Amino acid sequence: MALQLQGETRALNSTATQPAVRLSGVRRHYGDVRAVDGVDLEIAPGEFFTMLGPSGSGKTTTLRLIAGFEQPDEGRIELDGKDLTRVPPYLRDVNTVFQDYALFPHMTVAENVEYGLRVKGVPRRVRRSKVEEALKMVRLPGLGSRRPVQLSGGQRQRVALARALVNSPAVLLLDEPLGALDLKLRQEMQIELKRIQREMSDVGMTFIYVTHDQEEALTMSDRLAVFNDGRIEQVGTPAEVYEHPATEFVAGFVGVSNVLERDGRRFTVRPEKIRVNDENGPGERGRIRDVVYVGMVTRYIVELDSGGELVVVRQNLETSSQEALEARGKRVRLEWRPEHTYEIKEGNES
Amino acid sequence: MLLLAPPLFAFGLVYLASLVALLVSAFWSVDAFTTEIVHIWNVDNFRTLWDESAYRTIALRTIGIAAAVTVTDAVLAFPFAYFMARVAGPRRRALLFVLVLLPLWSSYLVRVYVWRLILNQDGVLNWALGKVGLPDAHIAYTNVAVWIVFSYVWLPFMILPVYGALERIPDSLLEASRDLGARGFLTLRKIVLPLALPGLVAGSIFTFSLTLGDYVTPLLAGGSSSQFIGNVVYSSVGVSNNVPFAAAFATVPLAVMAVYLLIARRLGAFEAM
Repeated sequence: MALQLQGETRALNSTATQPAVRLSGVRRHYGDVRAVDGVDLEIAPGEFFTMLGPSGSGKTTTLRLIAGFEQPDEGRIELDGKDLTRVPPYLRDVNTVFQDYALFPHMTVAENVEYGLRVKGVPRRVRRSKVEEALKMVRLPGLGSRRPVQLSGGQRQRVALARALVNSPAVLLLDEPLGALDLKLRQEMQIELKRIQREMSDVGMTFIYVTHDQEEALTMSDRLAVFNDGRIEQVGTPAEVYEHPATEFVAGFVGVSNVLERDGRRFTVRPEKIRVNDENGPGERGRIRDVVYVGMVTRYIVELDSGGELVVVRQNLETSSQEALEARGKRVRLEWRPEHTYEIKEGNES
Repeated sequence: MLLLAPPLFAFGLVYLASLVALLVSAFWSVDAFTTEIVHIWNVDNFRTLWDESAYRTIALRTIGIAAAVTVTDAVLAFPFAYFMARVAGPRRRALLFVLVLLPLWSSYLVRVYVWRLILNQDGVLNWALGKVGLPDAHIAYTNVAVWIVFSYVWLPFMILPVYGALERIPDSLLEASRDLGARGFLTLRKIVLPLALPGLVAGSIFTFSLTLGDYVTPLLAGGSSSQFIGNVVYSSVGVSNNVPFAAAFATVPLAVMAVYLLIARRLGAFEAM
């Protein structure tokens, strides 16, 4: 909760101070494909900002536009108020953590990390202490003399992070940095990344994070933008986006798509906000079509008599897996509070 | 394993046995009177090679021109392969591939003779030089001609491995270098060149060893002082029927290549082939 509040105050402050990154009317087309189709965005200094969306939604292209690897066909990209649209990547105060890490295979870990400093002509002694500091920050001290091939996936990821951080850029761009790691390691690295980001946000470093994993986006971000078809569907704090999805796409992509149409009104209810009553209780009538036992919780897919389908999640407080699975085919009634429903505007859909 | 036995056997017999025969016969000698091979172990052949300055000159010329050809091809091949691998689109790349391989479809001899036509006193080169008002070049039948012809005929063998090495460098490495503040030239020097090095070394094995063992180009394109080790081997066997001496001289490029391959392995060339 504290984290979300922090995010909101930052977002508010951003209008007062200069945004770290501002995109206005940015478009990037490849032939007929509109990879980025008119994106406007303001990201505050020190913010952990996530660009969330399915593959091909334009989030990675947007990141590459900020890094300078791609040029927009239209629009403007500003960093700290300065127009960067035509500035080459090597002159931007921005560093990237690549999806495939992009570590230089012919260099040691230390040589990889110091590359940016060396290129800028930082003296050797300063370089060495900064590299050590960066490796300590990503919890890899003493591995400087190894080669990238000798490291595990998680370690490589940390080296890639250290190589970018050591330059203390104004903006750090992370392109699905945890995508190649297994679940356990990914969760560990999420916590680690968040810790590093908190330390770095004190000096005003902004994190822009690209992911297709909605859980990752919700747990880590101060604010996030949901991308679809080269456009932004919604920008907000995780709580706002989750609880008040602006469009049907957002409702479906962030969480489970529970969209119903009643009396010409389309709305969504989150699965954990629905109560399952027995047949004689209050609520809408329906039949449990399927049951998915997930361990901590059970997911019920309920077909409603008056049309539509809802996913309901229940904690396995007293039910065993056996009992949960036996509920298949049973008639039930579903009940939810009106304040937990959110209307979806048709206009935003496309 | 069993299926591998026949080819391995053939390889061992045909390939290695002949090499061993070569090495062994180098330590025999020829009776000057009867021209029969005398099977008595001695190192006279090697002593002659060492003592006679003419043979030293020939060995050094062979190695020197082979090295010059290798450097020339590396310098020519790198930008060409870079353009093919990282700049050209798929259609232009295919076209360049054909252009690189096209000369290999014609006879080696034809390609050497063509260079004679170009370099001759009244050849294409001097005709072109005359057209732009420059004096004639006198490089026909010299070591320069040998160097030019070798550089031309072995160039594809350098381009292809360098292309392979360059093509394998992920784009993200070059982007990472730029992202970390390096301009194009610095990225080329610090990232592209070191990663292309195994390909360059692999190509140099071809250009160096092919030049080292050749005798046709020095014979056809070179002059009286363009003799290679191969030419001495050829005349030792064909003219004076001295197979042991030819075998002894043939161990020189073999030894040079062995040293070269050891260095190449240390530079990681074999992972790039």
